Amino acid sequence: MDFNLTEDRQMLADTLARFLGEKYPVEHRIKVAYDAPYHDPALWDQLVELGALYALAPEEAGGMGGSGFDISVVFEAFGKALCPEPVLGALMASRLLAAADADQEALLTGATRYAVGITEVDAPYELDQIATVASAKGDGFTLSGRKSTVYGGQVADVVLVAAKHGDGLGVFAVNASDANVTGYGMMDGGGAAEVLLDDTPATLVLADAAAALQDAVNAGIVALCAEAVGAMEVTHATTVDYLKQRKQFGIPIGKFQVLQHRAVDMLTEIEQARSITIKAAAELGGDDASRYASMAKNMIGRAARLVAEESIQMHGGIAMTWEYAVSHYAKRLIMLDAQLGDTDYHLSQVMKGYAA
Amino acid sequence: MDLSYSKEDLAFRDEVRAFLAEHLPEEISSAVRAGGELTKAMMEDWHAILNSRGWLATIWPKEFGGPRWSPVQKHIFEEECCRAYAPRIVPFGLNMLGPVLIKFGSKEQQEHYLPRILDGTDWWCQGYSEPGAGSDLASLKTKAERDGDEWVINGQKTWTTLGQHADWIFCLCRTDPDVKQQAGISFILVDMATPGIEVRPIKLIEGGHEVNEVFFTDVRVPIGNLVGEENKGWTIAKFLLTHERTGIAGVGFSMQALEEVKAIARRTMRGGKPLIENPLFAARIAQAEIDLEAMKITNLRMLFKAQEQGAPGPETSLLKIKGTVINQELKDLARRALGPAAAPFPGHVSEGNLMFGPADTEHNAARYFNNRKTSIFGGSNEIQRNIVTKTMLEL
Repeated sequence: MDFNLTEDRQMLADTLARFLGEKYPVEHRIKVAYDAPYHDPALWDQLVELGALYALAPEEAGGMGGSGFDISVVFEAFGKALCPEPVLGALMASRLLAAADADQEALLTGATRYAVGITEVDAPYELDQIATVASAKGDGFTLSGRKSTVYGGQVADVVLVAAKHGDGLGVFAVNASDANVTGYGMMDGGGAAEVLLDDTPATLVLADAAAALQDAVNAGIVALCAEAVGAMEVTHATTVDYLKQRKQFGIPIGKFQVLQHRAVDMLTEIEQARSITIKAAAELGGDDASRYASMAKNMIGRAARLVAEESIQMHGGIAMTWEYAVSHYAKRLIMLDAQLGDTDYHLSQVMKGYAA
Repeated sequence: MDLSYSKEDLAFRDEVRAFLAEHLPEEISSAVRAGGELTKAMMEDWHAILNSRGWLATIWPKEFGGPRWSPVQKHIFEEECCRAYAPRIVPFGLNMLGPVLIKFGSKEQQEHYLPRILDGTDWWCQGYSEPGAGSDLASLKTKAERDGDEWVINGQKTWTTLGQHADWIFCLCRTDPDVKQQAGISFILVDMATPGIEVRPIKLIEGGHEVNEVFFTDVRVPIGNLVGEENKGWTIAKFLLTHERTGIAGVGFSMQALEEVKAIARRTMRGGKPLIENPLFAARIAQAEIDLEAMKITNLRMLFKAQEQGAPGPETSLLKIKGTVINQELKDLARRALGPAAAPFPGHVSEGNLMFGPADTEHNAARYFNNRKTSIFGGSNEIQRNIVTKTMLEL
């Protein structure tokens, strides 16, 4: 049993923290996250040069990491900095390409930017409800359907699309230039796209892809959970600092027990959230990965909402302003619940194991 | 990062499992499973069985008879004991007074009292809380005054757990009323057979007799029964409350409780289907299970930290807060799952075909009510929040 990071991962964490701390102060983040292209292309290039993407892929796929803990280290750093760069799509695409034994050098070097299209309007989380369908055409395939809130889709070169294929699901590569892609910014910063497919040409990457898609989702969940843990820690620390500084009735408001105990309850939930994220990261790729990913995403959903709402409430009016960083952290913490399955969806997944 | 136990730890776990399988009497484990009160003899028997294996004083240093386990091994031992439904060890002599004597006691005190704790000669109880001193323990009023070679003790202690069985009590007494509260307290050992002591039972919410009031009227105790220095008892009190918190999260007990809830919900029919298939109820179980799963890791993280740093930090307060809340939630779910079958008072409908369910549900509602204590005792959850506020948030 060892809860320390390995030396390599600690170095990666430190490097990312330093880089993001210098290049991505929250003022800069607020500037780039809400205006097209909803991230900072120059900093994206530098992140890629740092090797952030290589950390997300295993050695056999050309990367240098790819385990649950590699993923959580990277995304926790992003969470602390509230980084809106479209790395989640790269991670999930990397998992799918690895499952297909497909070359992913273009992904890891940043030459090709990938996004992953799973979500649909009427199937935001459920793989078995996907309606987008693949049809054979000539030597290849075409896809028809609508992929919704494709994160990073506003700047993607290639979208890996999950579609019905025969009796199962397939993963298909679609060139963004071949599809009807409408990019937009999001409430919590960063961008996404609606991807309309109408007999759009596509290349089959992987058939019988349900298990691979589930693995990509599980990896994405570990990433989101770690991102949330990083964001929650910063939000909580900022709130506690504010309790020490802000005076009302002649004393720091942190002297009021009603606020003290709520700050402790936030801390308790953050520790629990970190714990379940560690568990989900440890199980990623194993037989119980989906179960622990669901447990983690459920707990993160609850903890993130508590931390976001309580931080705003305990700050008072200042956290309602665009200018104050906590408002942006709070938005991210709330909105990430709807990525890759929300609190209720994942609770239902855990319950499914109880029948019989 | 590696969440798995080492090879040595796994071997240790197997050793503990084998020991429990062979030596934990069926009569005792089924009494624990049933959830009622254990007899004094059962508690003493289990104490003697562990002592004969050298696994009783798990937190004492080797030279005093401890097995020198790592925090992880202690955790494994506790977890396995829970899995096997072994009784909780009565902590007052072993886990409370023992470490105090080892740290603060004289050589004579150590040589006299410690072996008697191990072999079960002395059953100890704790004289801390008073009617007017609960969370604000330092305001205690029971006083000890010097009279020649003796202390003369007058006052009242309360919530004295299993005091009805005890031979000795360790007490916090006021020995200097004229200084700051914390600076005038001493730690004194008292023979329960001393004239002037009266023990009165307190009947608890569920009807059980677990705690007592202890009255002291001109109780005369030899001067040598003081532990540590006069007026330095508060230091000992704090040491005792914070030094050993492995197991405080009660993870093993909550795992028992979770299995119990699921078992009841699988055999309880509602609307023609097992209750566990009711989405509202299953959702509540699932949420508690997720919280518990996280708590298991939180607990291991704190253990690991304690192992690395030599002592647990204030994070143990977080374990206590969350651990008790999870356990109480599970007890609530079990009671709800039984529904009206939880209503009969234990013992009233336990004969033959009148029984509502297996014997392990008879004490269900009683356990739910009794367990409300866990967020109150050992420093209430509100006091734990105050501790975290001060030590971790520095507010």
